[in-house]
Amino acid sequence: MKDISKSVEKIDAKEKISGRMKYVSDYKMDDMLYAKTVRSTQCHAKIKAIHLPELPKGYYTVDYRDIPGENFVKMIFEDWPVFAEETVNYIGEPILLVVGKDKAVIQSIIRDITIDYEPLKPTFEYTKSEVHYHYTKGNPKPIFDKHNQHIEYTYKTGYQEQAYIEPQGFIAYLEGERIVLEGSIQAPYYVKNAVVNTMACEADAIRVIQTTVGGAFGGKEEFPSVMGCQLAVAVHKIKQPIKLIYEREEDMEVTTKRHPSKIVMTAAIDSNQKIAGLHARVALDGGAYVGLSSVVLSRAMIAATNAYTIDHLDIEGDVYRTHTVPNGAFRGFGAPQMIFAIEMFMHHIAHTLKIDPFAFRMNHLAKQGDLTSTSGTFRDPILMPEMIKKACDISNYHEKVKTYSDPKVRKGIGMSWFFHGCGFTGSGEAKHINAKVKLKKDDQDVVHLLIAAVDMGQGAKTTLMKVASHVLEIPLSQIRYANPDTDEVPDSGPTVASRTAMIVGGLVARASKQLKAKWAKGKEVVVYEQYQQPDYVKWDEETFTGDAYPAYSWGVNIVEVEVDKATYEVDVKKCWSVYDIGKSLDDLVVLGQADGGAAQGIAYGYLEVMNHKDGKIQQKNMTDYIIPTAVDMAQTETHFIENPFALGPYGAKGAGELTLVGGAPAVALAIEMAINKHITKIPVTPEFIMELMQNDDR
Amino acid sequence: MTTVKFTLNGKKVTLETDISRRFLDVLRNDLNQTGPKEGCGEGECGACAVLLDGHSVNSCLLPLAYVHNKEVMTIEGYAETERYKVLEEAFIHEGSVQCGICIPGMMIAAESLLNQNPNPSETSIRHSLSGNLCRCTGYNMIVKAIQRAAQRGKGLW
Repeated sequence: MKDISKSVEKIDAKEKISGRMKYVSDYKMDDMLYAKTVRSTQCHAKIKAIHLPELPKGYYTVDYRDIPGENFVKMIFEDWPVFAEETVNYIGEPILLVVGKDKAVIQSIIRDITIDYEPLKPTFEYTKSEVHYHYTKGNPKPIFDKHNQHIEYTYKTGYQEQAYIEPQGFIAYLEGERIVLEGSIQAPYYVKNAVVNTMACEADAIRVIQTTVGGAFGGKEEFPSVMGCQLAVAVHKIKQPIKLIYEREEDMEVTTKRHPSKIVMTAAIDSNQKIAGLHARVALDGGAYVGLSSVVLSRAMIAATNAYTIDHLDIEGDVYRTHTVPNGAFRGFGAPQMIFAIEMFMHHIAHTLKIDPFAFRMNHLAKQGDLTSTSGTFRDPILMPEMIKKACDISNYHEKVKTYSDPKVRKGIGMSWFFHGCGFTGSGEAKHINAKVKLKKDDQDVVHLLIAAVDMGQGAKTTLMKVASHVLEIPLSQIRYANPDTDEVPDSGPTVASRTAMIVGGLVARASKQLKAKWAKGKEVVVYEQYQQPDYVKWDEETFTGDAYPAYSWGVNIVEVEVDKATYEVDVKKCWSVYDIGKSLDDLVVLGQADGGAAQGIAYGYLEVMNHKDGKIQQKNMTDYIIPTAVDMAQTETHFIENPFALGPYGAKGAGELTLVGGAPAVALAIEMAINKHITKIPVTPEFIMELMQNDDR
Repeated sequence: MTTVKFTLNGKKVTLETDISRRFLDVLRNDLNQTGPKEGCGEGECGACAVLLDGHSVNSCLLPLAYVHNKEVMTIEGYAETERYKVLEEAFIHEGSVQCGICIPGMMIAAESLLNQNPNPSETSIRHSLSGNLCRCTGYNMIVKAIQRAAQRGKGLW
């Protein structure tokens, strides 16, 4: 049989290249109305009164009073209102929708709406903790008492905006009494469950269909549930199709972003110059509503030791409520912040101890059989030593370190090591998601993959169809995989957490095997599979103890930069990467993940600046929120080392997030070498470099 | 209402409408050309690019009046050409397409470049794509596709 890694033509490439592929903004319906959101201009205030103009015939407003069920968007934390009621908690918080046929009329109605506010005192600091977690490994306290050489550094990371090129959007309409929502989403069942809660209806009264997604990166994980609930309420009231597409400015101002963070790391150093114990305190800025932030926090905290083994840990974390736009899912999900901190910290400890950072890191590298940060076990082989060697060889790392360590040379090379846990954290897969897949062979012997997994560009359709094709030994042309429709597909879980290839793909492989055994030519055959946690995976949610993930993917990034002596602009020269994702399900697909992840991860470290002033996001569009262009992006050289995972399809593990999480520390370490100053904050902008250069001490 | 005449994908078009409208809206709403996408609405992302007399322009910044008596080609029209087939093959071969929302604009930018310079260097490819944002791919696989198309499409540009 052919090697599954060998690339095939991507299933949707032709339709996308030709412009024939329809995205939600391309959808039109008869009698379709448009909606636009009226939002808070205050970061924290009481709504005293809303003055509406007289509405022309065929124009409507929709607000919290129209909600038949609960006025919160059902996700993990139940604090996020569908529409604001008495109080607003961030600039841009939705208050009502204006709906009607003509966008210009809608705009003029919105101009005539006045809202009286009574300002309340806002909070922008890390003071009000909404979620607090704490875990330990070993006996950190006596270790910290015994080894009195303690090294402490504080790291800070900024916002990052997903900046998918297709803004958020939905179209909603009635089908008899039922409400149908079609939209650009990563998690069809998240939207459906949230809408059922808000509409207080039966599950089968809501149908959610995913339209082709023009990029998501986590930004379309939980946020679409907010829009979906609002539109469902509007369609229920107005009973006409309604389209809600955000413009870029709106999308950038009000949708979820990567959490800014502050991470304090303290290490107790033993007499062998090894880390005996680590204490980490993570503060995430959750924004006005917690949403998914608690889960982001757990992933961050579990990544505290990254690819290293440290025996004694005391790890604490908080999600703080501030009067700013709610933060949420973004590729990496808490890990990029923590991996930036620990990678920099390892270097900063080595500098403080005046020892070679590379040797210091090698001394702590995790090995198969070691205990993870949460006292689970790294059961599978860890190939990092050979991956690190490969990355160093192809980049000539060690030579360059010598050359670039000369303070007169404004070049630098930085290396990050990292892992990413595949699938939901802890008991998420088994307890909360419980993924199901369905395969149907019709009487024409065509096989339909009926799964909720979303292809948002990452290639899920191509790779999962290949899995079925290889197991069933039938050509791809005999397989169909339509965009998920909750009427047709069971809940395979959201398309997040580097779980699609490994978990959903594993179920597709099992279902295909079952279908192969039951194959009856010319007859319809339907098979189901459901996720079962491997018996050996044990997790205690209360104490953060056990196996946080069934498998880990691993990676090495090396980034070379040159810093302009006059302007301090950073020129990223090249990025070398070596990854262990188990087994590639399609070499071009995973290379696309590697290149795209590196672009986002490196840019997070030096290029992408977003901030707020008194709660107001200062970047309005792609003009002032800078993402990499083809000129900014460096050449890449990427290698994949095979290390098949027994439970993944053909050995595949996750690849989507892994490729992002190491970018920021690699570029920051390269800049650190070029400018010979410690970097404790990202993004490392020219302004920030100038500040560091004017500062004498390293 | 004013009369505007132009050529769209080789066919003559006459419209009676407000000439200050954004050309992107006219294309998408009046002329059913949904290949050009709106990514940012202010000329930064290039998803709405079309060919105007052979050059890539952002249709979201273009008032309708500006296209009067000009030749416009959208991705829909370009998809009918021999040059398109060469670029299409190259984009598939190099795995350049992920979510796809930027790709019609990338094709237009590639055509515009190759039309002016059939043998572009990597640097000139990167510069000519710098007005087209892609968040999925990191561009390298798109750059490679354009290099491949330039190589395989010799004589077409």
